Amino acid sequence: MSNPQHLRYTKEHEWLSATDENGVATVGITEFAATALGDVVYAQLPAVGDTVTAGETCGELESTKSVSDLYAPVTGEVVEANQDVVDDPSLVNSAPFEGGWLFKVKITDEPAELLTADAYTDFAG
Amino acid sequence: MPSETAAPRRTALDALHRAFGATMTDFAGWDMPLRYGSERDEHLAVRTRAGLFDLSHMGEITLTGPQAGQALDHALVGNLSALKPGRARYTMICDERGGILDDLIVYRLAEQEYMVVANASNAQVVLDALTERAAGFEAEVRDDRENYALIAVQGPASPAILKSVTDADLDGLKYYAGLPGTVAGVEALIARTGYTGEDGFELFVAPADAEKLWQALTEAGAEAGLVPCGLSCRDTLRLEAGMPLYGHELTTATTPFDAGLGRVVKFDKPGDFVGRAALEAAAERAADAPPRKLVGLVAAGRRVPRAGYPVVETATGTVIGEVTSGAPSPTLGKPIAIAYVDAAHAAPGTAGVAVDIRGSHEAYEVVALPFYKRER
Repeated sequence: MSNPQHLRYTKEHEWLSATDENGVATVGITEFAATALGDVVYAQLPAVGDTVTAGETCGELESTKSVSDLYAPVTGEVVEANQDVVDDPSLVNSAPFEGGWLFKVKITDEPAELLTADAYTDFAG
Repeated sequence: MPSETAAPRRTALDALHRAFGATMTDFAGWDMPLRYGSERDEHLAVRTRAGLFDLSHMGEITLTGPQAGQALDHALVGNLSALKPGRARYTMICDERGGILDDLIVYRLAEQEYMVVANASNAQVVLDALTERAAGFEAEVRDDRENYALIAVQGPASPAILKSVTDADLDGLKYYAGLPGTVAGVEALIARTGYTGEDGFELFVAPADAEKLWQALTEAGAEAGLVPCGLSCRDTLRLEAGMPLYGHELTTATTPFDAGLGRVVKFDKPGDFVGRAALEAAAERAADAPPRKLVGLVAAGRRVPRAGYPVVETATGTVIGEVTSGAPSPTLGKPIAIAYVDAAHAAPGTAGVAVDIRGSHEAYEVVALPFYKRER
């Protein structure tokens, strides 16, 4: 599996897009994480207006065998949650880097340790 | 991964699983396929078509000799000397206190030969107990774990698939029966048993023949839509079928009566058996004043209950039970669980019951087990 070069990554296996002109970035989980989880059956995403804090939990993903916390890769205000994923959580498995994105956040602060695609690929192995 | 544990054991089919890209998991000291692709798709394939499982981690123990049946009558809770050759029985082995050491399937292969199939996690305990309990009987206990690979083909299409690669009389093979036969050129014990709630077969073969049999069944089942299946869907299949899993519904702290499976205990068989006195007391307690009962729970919402989560009374928040197994049910399309619940709240249809899912009380309905029963 390949991790898109234009995204940045966390060691909690989230990805973060580049910000748009309003300072808003999209967040999802990596294909590596989606494969490790197995079929995702329930996604609890942060609500629009929530403030999320880098490195802290902001939701959860349930699969057949387990539940995993969702960590915010950056600090900021949630401006959109992906209703398509709430309605059909299997999108996280079938298109983790595209239609399976989780939420959009207007960034107020971001940690220095976000990984490049190559660094994440080395990390995830 | 803890470094002090020994390297997990690999089945005779290990190379095939890896070539197929299986996600592997450590299960009771074995490296086993968890899933090959989507566990939901594998589950639904078994419900509607057929699935192929490697179950070589299961522990086979053979008893032979003129008193093999009596030795099992003494060692187990069932009446195995009454079993006809060629038939199988679901039974349990208990300790002196009536606690369940393991649940088993026992096949009577011949007048003086039985095969006991134990869970991988308990196989050594069962072997040791059988060896000890068979002392004094004219019976020999043999560890056959290394001598068998076990492949299961399960699902409504499994009889047709198996028929295409064997001349054995499958139509004459009843549920919970077994017969020796040749499958795809391989000598096998063909058993009509399973752990999925579907019709299906379990094939005990020499490990050296396992790859050949697996590939033959894969080819024979291709047109019918047979897919390889991992342990993840095996767990959701058995959960929907209301079948207990050792370590979850069954433990040394529970008796067969606690688990609602008192029918496997045969008090009327000849001779004494290990645990009899304690089990008689357990039977009375279960009839008169059961502390808790094993029930099914179906979610109103979408959050999934997991083993160990408390069951609570919605109105008061009082803990009234504990989930033993839980998963999203592919067939029902919602989360389900098996739980031990206080008898007062255990009747199907009982309202006002919730599962504490990481601090949030999610509404659940009490239902009778199983969640799923195939049409026959």
